Amino acid sequence: MLEIVFFYIAATVALIATVMAMTRANAIHALIYLIVSLLAVAVIFFLIGAPFAAALEIVIYAGAIMVLFVFVIMMLNLGEKGDKQERQWLKPGIWAGPAILSVILLVELLIVIGDVNGPVSVSAVSAKEVGLSLFGPYVLAVEIAAMLLLAGLVGSFHLGRRYLERDHIEKGSSQ
Amino acid sequence: MSELMPVILALTILISGVAGAAVLTWFERRLLGVWQDRYGPNRLGPLGIGQVVADMIKLLFKDDWIPPFSDRVVFIFAPTAIVVAMMMGFAVVPFAPGMMIIDVNIGLLFFLGMTSLAVYSVLLGGLASNNKYALLGGLRSAAQMVSYEVFMGLSLMGVVMMTGSFSLVDIVEAQTEVWFCFTQILGLIVFVIAGIAESHRLPFDLPEAEHELTAGFHTEYGGMKFAMFMLGEYLGLMLISCMIVTLFFGGWHGPMFIGDWLPPFFWFSFKTFIVICFFVLLRAAIPRPRYDQLMSLGWKVMLPITLVNILITGAALLWIEGVA
Repeated sequence: MLEIVFFYIAATVALIATVMAMTRANAIHALIYLIVSLLAVAVIFFLIGAPFAAALEIVIYAGAIMVLFVFVIMMLNLGEKGDKQERQWLKPGIWAGPAILSVILLVELLIVIGDVNGPVSVSAVSAKEVGLSLFGPYVLAVEIAAMLLLAGLVGSFHLGRRYLERDHIEKGSSQ
Repeated sequence: MSELMPVILALTILISGVAGAAVLTWFERRLLGVWQDRYGPNRLGPLGIGQVVADMIKLLFKDDWIPPFSDRVVFIFAPTAIVVAMMMGFAVVPFAPGMMIIDVNIGLLFFLGMTSLAVYSVLLGGLASNNKYALLGGLRSAAQMVSYEVFMGLSLMGVVMMTGSFSLVDIVEAQTEVWFCFTQILGLIVFVIAGIAESHRLPFDLPEAEHELTAGFHTEYGGMKFAMFMLGEYLGLMLISCMIVTLFFGGWHGPMFIGDWLPPFFWFSFKTFIVICFFVLLRAAIPRPRYDQLMSLGWKVMLPITLVNILITGAALLWIEGVA
């Protein structure tokens, strides 16, 4: 019983935080709301019996990826000008298209949920089971993701290196 | 009674954490004095411990100024994040058998998650201050902490492989015979270095390097908000020390040749105290590296060490399994 109460609290927090994340004009405020939303989703994962996924949600999404987002925002240093531009973009008319699409998805989701009886998951999924399924049936997906990440790594190294080399040449000519 | 135990323990940790951090500021300065052949604060009260009270009064009565050019809400929120995250981290620390707030099967991951959330405090503090030095400090801490989090997590994988569990109680019980500081020496070295970088203390306090960034991310902070940052930093130091003892030095177990005749909590706190003293010694002994040196040390030395450690541990485990 208590778990259901906690679930609805976490779900409400996640919904409010996500809506706030979308509507804030200030990029940093939006990101903080997004982090709160991710933490709320982690609580939900924990409640429906996936503690490992909950921990990874905090460590990877809230703790690492969002830090990089904040990092990029800091580098850009948008300030007041960025807020103004964002406010112009967030005119009421802009919401019409996404709202219609979301309503379609919502209706679909409600129909699907209507068929499911009782809680979705009852057994807790341990870290061992996650590991076994990652290196068992889903090994191909893991390998493809690894290759994609490697490509990203090599690409960013190449882009960064070009700037480094140019800096060296410029320095050399000025001396 | 047993249901009330976590609540009582949580309150005890809250109070003793704050008090401990306050006393630690004095203790650290005295200890630095001993190692650097000078006195340190020795005027107020016996051995100068009254300095803690004096510092508290000063911080409490300081004008609580919020810069008009700052992002007000984020500026106020930032210092609380580090204290809350570090306090949450203590929830999974096993002080003695049965003496912990929650015994979850993902205890280690919970600890890693909480330390990674503490980054936001420094990051948002630096950003909300709207000050060049603070921003640079925040940027540095973001890069430093995201990188060192990687090695921190990877260095613990050897311990997890040998235990077969993320639960901290299981990890301590797996060290009844041999502590992991012998079998996981590479993991211990990387974890200690990454731990200093994560709690951004000297020699890795690049985010607040005072000779180049005035005070880094907390340049604009004063009074109680500054005190919150300091509290968070000292809580982080205590948390990292607790985790080093739990993961590598047998937690509540006594040393092998002495045995367990003293209470488990004594051994735990004694070992944690030694580790804290070691961190203070590091601060007294080692100068701060340059920023690019710090980053290349991370990616070119620490990462290969952790990967080799995981490889060796895995191979050894498989070999032992094959022999038995």
